[in-house]
Amino acid sequence: MKVRCVLVLGGLFIAMSHIALATGGRMSLPKTIEAGSSFSIQTPGRGNAALFIIGTGQALKRDVQLGQTVFFAAGSLYNAGHYLAILEGDSFTETESLDVVPASKPSNLSFLAKPSRLPVGLHAGITGAVYVFDAYRNLISEAMPVSFELSDPMGTVQKRIVVTRYGAARTEMDSTAQQGVDSFVARVAGIKSTRVVGQVPGDPCGLKMNAEPSGQRIHLVTDAVRDCNGNAVPDGTIITFTETFSGYQSTIDEPLKHGIAQVTISAHNGAVLSVASGVVMGNQIRWEK
Amino acid sequence: MKKGHLLAFLFGASTVALILIGTEWPVPSAAAYAGGGSLLRSYSTPEAAASNLADEIRRQAWDKAYISLANKAQFTEQEFVHDITDFYPSLRTYATLESFEVAPLHESADDAEIRLKLHWSTVVGANVSTRDLHVTRNGDHWEVEWPISKEAIAPPQVIAVNYLRWDVIYRGPGDDWGIQDVEAPHVRIVDMHPVERAEGVVILGELLNEDVVPAYVSVTATLLSKSQSPIATEGSFDKISHLLLPKQVTPFLIEFPKVALSEVGSVHMVPASSLVAGSADPVIEIEGQQLNPAPGASLTGRLINQSGQVVNVAHVLGTFYDKGGQVVWVSDEYIDQALLPQTPVPFEIHIPQDLASKVSSQRTVVATYSSGGSQ
Repeated sequence: MKVRCVLVLGGLFIAMSHIALATGGRMSLPKTIEAGSSFSIQTPGRGNAALFIIGTGQALKRDVQLGQTVFFAAGSLYNAGHYLAILEGDSFTETESLDVVPASKPSNLSFLAKPSRLPVGLHAGITGAVYVFDAYRNLISEAMPVSFELSDPMGTVQKRIVVTRYGAARTEMDSTAQQGVDSFVARVAGIKSTRVVGQVPGDPCGLKMNAEPSGQRIHLVTDAVRDCNGNAVPDGTIITFTETFSGYQSTIDEPLKHGIAQVTISAHNGAVLSVASGVVMGNQIRWEK
Repeated sequence: MKKGHLLAFLFGASTVALILIGTEWPVPSAAAYAGGGSLLRSYSTPEAAASNLADEIRRQAWDKAYISLANKAQFTEQEFVHDITDFYPSLRTYATLESFEVAPLHESADDAEIRLKLHWSTVVGANVSTRDLHVTRNGDHWEVEWPISKEAIAPPQVIAVNYLRWDVIYRGPGDDWGIQDVEAPHVRIVDMHPVERAEGVVILGELLNEDVVPAYVSVTATLLSKSQSPIATEGSFDKISHLLLPKQVTPFLIEFPKVALSEVGSVHMVPASSLVAGSADPVIEIEGQQLNPAPGASLTGRLINQSGQVVNVAHVLGTFYDKGGQVVWVSDEYIDQALLPQTPVPFEIHIPQDLASKVSSQRTVVATYSSGGSQ
């Protein structure tokens, strides 16, 4: 037993001595580098070997003379993540690790603004989310302030500063009472991204029509249709005119044109005329002529 | 062994003989279905004359059908054909006559009234049209007087159309993932009501486009049991007006055959919408809508195309409410003829007999399709 232990330990010692002799030490490399920056690896020993750098989404190979420094130019290693550096000679393999971290300077923003269209006067109706990337599209996880600005056509600006967490920042904005196209801007360290948010009128408010005879028919015309904030309801919105008389009913779905809707409908004495848009009811008129 | 050969020879010879006999002297029904002749050749009774005419229509043997008519001097063969297949492309144009029924209404020695019910097969399903025929005796045979309804044509004119049209530019394939796409229209279910019918559970409701852009919509419902496990999922299919303009409301009906309402714990509704190009034209007036009581309860009225373009297919959807304003039924009808400008076209939507007494009011919408248009 004792003899066997001595033999095993002796073998291990000889093997370690052989590796140490071949390599003359260990690789020298930075533990962390910024994505896309230049770096070098000092190889130990003498002879020829192959150096592999393998990580998520990227792998490099260099044939090296042992004992020399291997230079990697800027942009060689650009995907952030954990990498293994493997030095492989004829009779040995040595492995070290290094981390590639995103560059600290932002270069790109992915700005998600939702929705792109919403009614006026909605509290926290608009959300903006920003993801900050470096020049190589690595998400920058280091905290940094993001400025969000929502400007309406009247020049009113809502502004929020949000610090990124794990590379993302999110905010909520209110839609204003004024319809139009808002500009939603996100800024980080001089980089900006712009989205447009359309603020559209809400449901018609105080829908009113007038009736007047037109030959044997009745001409029905609405007042200018507006929402409760005074914005003109857009053309194309359906206005439903209904005439009810003696158990009969006639309806016309008429789109708004130039802010108003108008139709002519058969005249029936005693008929009840009504107007609606979606679930919003307007006025009623009893036709007595 | 010899017996087997003899039997095989006999079978082979008799098969060849039967094929020859069948080819040379086919039975009338086989010849008719092969397109080689009609089922009936006798014109000795009013019913036979009407059946023969329907058979010629089924085979689209227009010349034979036209020649057999008693009143052919009143119209041309082309007018007769257009009366059946429509002058403008419509559901009728592409329909085939699947079957027909002949029912005598009145008969004397020299004339008779026959009701001809035509069962058409169209792209949207079965369609039934009825014609009351006057049949007269002419010597030893009977001839049908075709009740022609000549095409109503709007006088030549220019109709200025300046309704809004929406076009959409969607996100491109090369755009970054953070780039905004056009927002899907915001739609909302404003009413939903499950009812139990003999054939199963039916979900009735209404959907509103609350946005300022046109929406292509559909509704899917999933029935969940009391333990919240799904029972079945169905869509509204064509029991909905798929294209909704801003602030337009459509009814919808979703059928779950062979499901009892007592099995249902809850219903999960999913309204879907996508932004599509659309036009506010054509505008269809629905005139003279009337609820007709049972028996044969129905909603009747007339559609008037106020636009200048021909509407090839019109789909009328009726929503029926009780006194409390709750939806009690949704029913529909496809109009089998094209809607010409300014020309009224009648419609009739049937209401189930057992629900007719509950119906207090209704709302009708029309979905239209024009060839070459988006609506």
